[in-house]
Amino acid sequence: MTKFQEKAQILDRQELAAGIYRLTLHAPLVAGGAHPGQFVMVRTDDSYDPLLRRPFSIHQVSAGGDLQLLFKVVGQGTGCLARLGPGSRVDLLGPLGRGFRLQREDPVCLVGGGMGIAPLYFLGKRLLQHARLPEFDPVLLGAASQQELALLADDFFGLGYDVRTATDDGSLGHHGFVTDLLDQVLPRVSRVYVCGPYPMMRIAAAKCLAAGVECEVSLETHMACGLGACLGCTVQAPDGYAHVCVQGPVFEAGEVAWQ
Amino acid sequence: MTGQYDDIDLRVRIGPLRLRNPVLTASGTFGYGREFADLVNLHRLGGVVTKGISLAPRPGNPPPRIVETACGMLNAIGLENVGVEEFIRRKMVFLRTAGTRVIVNILGDSVDDYARLAERLTGVEGIDALEVNISCPNVRKGGVAFGTVPEMAAAVTGAVRAATDLPLIVKLSPNVTDIGRMAAVVEEAGADAVSLINTLIGMAIDCRTRRPRLANVIGGLSGPAIKPVALRMVWQVARTVSIPVIGIGGISRAEDALEFLIAGASAIQVGTANFYQPAAAEEIITGIAAFLHEQGEHSVRDIIGSLQVEAG
Ligand SMILES: Cc1cc2nc3c(=O)[nH]c(=O)nc-3n(C[C@H](O)[C@H](O)[C@H](O)COP(=O)(O)OP(=O)(O)OC[C@H]3O[C@@H](n4cnc5c(N)ncnc54)[C@H](O)[C@@H]3O)c2cc1C
Ligand SMILES: Cc1cc2nc3c(=O)[nH]c(=O)nc-3n(C[C@H](O)[C@H](O)[C@H](O)COP(=O)(O)O)c2cc1C
Ligand code: FES
Repeated sequence: MTKFQEKAQILDRQELAAGIYRLTLHAPLVAGGAHPGQFVMVRTDDSYDPLLRRPFSIHQVSAGGDLQLLFKVVGQGTGCLARLGPGSRVDLLGPLGRGFRLQREDPVCLVGGGMGIAPLYFLGKRLLQHARLPEFDPVLLGAASQQELALLADDFFGLGYDVRTATDDGSLGHHGFVTDLLDQVLPRVSRVYVCGPYPMMRIAAAKCLAAGVECEVSLETHMACGLGACLGCTVQAPDGYAHVCVQGPVFEAGEVAWQ
Repeated sequence: MTGQYDDIDLRVRIGPLRLRNPVLTASGTFGYGREFADLVNLHRLGGVVTKGISLAPRPGNPPPRIVETACGMLNAIGLENVGVEEFIRRKMVFLRTAGTRVIVNILGDSVDDYARLAERLTGVEGIDALEVNISCPNVRKGGVAFGTVPEMAAAVTGAVRAATDLPLIVKLSPNVTDIGRMAAVVEEAGADAVSLINTLIGMAIDCRTRRPRLANVIGGLSGPAIKPVALRMVWQVARTVSIPVIGIGGISRAEDALEFLIAGASAIQVGTANFYQPAAAEEIITGIAAFLHEQGEHSVRDIIGSLQVEAG
């Protein structure tokens, strides 16, 4: 799959909740070849501090060549990105990595925690391109609070999915972990796609394994290149090391040596 | 070659090795070339230096292996590589067709490892030169890096020299007191050129967890943060030895490369910059040509070592 370097113009910036942004970029080259679960490496300017590009999942793409990112400000790089408004340009490398495998027929389940919801929306949209009944596909979404989750959950309702929510403070849906919601749905799905904090993915992977359900997870590691060159993005695999930027970020749960 | 600057001669010689321009990509920052093939016109580069190759494959260090620091990064990759046989069988197939010079970076645990690697790689089609990474621990000498003890650096260089007739570049470690002495010693032992610098040893700590940010605790610092140190060392070495010097360290744009050339480097390598700007090496080639054109120079060779220092 061809990778591109593209100067992308920011078309829109939406602040969904405090510190959480959705950016719409015009990036026809990157968007054109993108597959759900893949990511981009973003550089906001020519400065040396921060130096490295930042990895972000592709949140969705449009037929017109637009691409969205969904991100939370957690430090310097995400702070720089959040300050850019319409008209600014960012430099993208992408689409990168190996994405989700698309299941065409049987019911599937999407499980997203926090910013891990970002790639699942692209997946949710792409799954609908194959004839399916989304009301039979559970989408389990978790976040800190109702403010962080409400708008994102609405997007999946809009696609017709069976959306269920969980929040840490109980302000929306189940009061507790999103993985608590998995037990009821596991008996009737054939594959689970998970993206979120590491402990959440570990629990989801263990539950799927116990239930004999296929599970894919999307991992995060620090990355310098995103291209398979620096060998910095290592995770422990059952038989050695794996490199998240090329062998992942999406892995079968069994390809990860959970810590 | 450089479009509007076709009248500018960018060719340089590194001992017996002829390059179409002085811009190479540094070991460990450009994979085996193919990783960048979608993004970079490899045939425009002066050459590609491969990820360091050892006799047997190496798994590398446990994660986390990298951490970003002010204007730089620390890495403790642990010399992960596919091993020399897999390299020849798989990676050379692509590199041979890339239309650029291929310099294979080698590393070992013992003097004998280096000699065997050099022997194995000699005669393999498509390999234009060897670059010997001597910043690795000598397992037989309690893990002291070859490149920090003059006798050990000379022993490795001599053993590789005896094992190959390929152009031989020795890559110096900056973690020494007297870089000029190290360069002189490897020149004496038969190196055709020296390249420098490898990474500077550093560390970073997460004060909340009170743990090192790298699993290996310490790692190698690279990127723009190290450029002044690298430039100083290149200048010192260029004054000391008569073999060509290849400058490395924090080079991101044409002006950086020009500083190294003026300090006495005959070529340069682009390292960490490939990560944040894959087009860096190509932009530097064009930028050097543009600078020469603007300065009324016809050949890049005329600016090598052209530093003007007031006699004081
Ligand atoms: C494949 C992939 C997809 C991602 N998708 C998203 C997304 O869609 N939305 C989103 O909000 N975040 C996403 N992240 C996490 C995002 O990359 C980090 O939040 C971001 O790099 C933090 O940068 P910073 O400068 O703001 O933080 P700092 O903590 O100041 O960053 C310091 C260094 O650590 C690295 N770093 C810090 N946290 C992370 C992390 N969690 N993952 C990787 N590197 C990190 C930074 O890149 C930088 O090099 C993704 C990460 C990966 C690996
Ligand atoms: C991730 C990474 C891996 C590296 N691997 C090697 C290697 O295998 N062999 C080697 O001789 N140098 C290696 N280096 C050192 C670089 O080739 C170069 O000497 C150094 O990074 C300084 O240049 P820079 O500041 O332009 O990156 C590595 C550097 C980095 C950042
Ligand atoms: S981020 Fe560089 S190899 Fe994966």
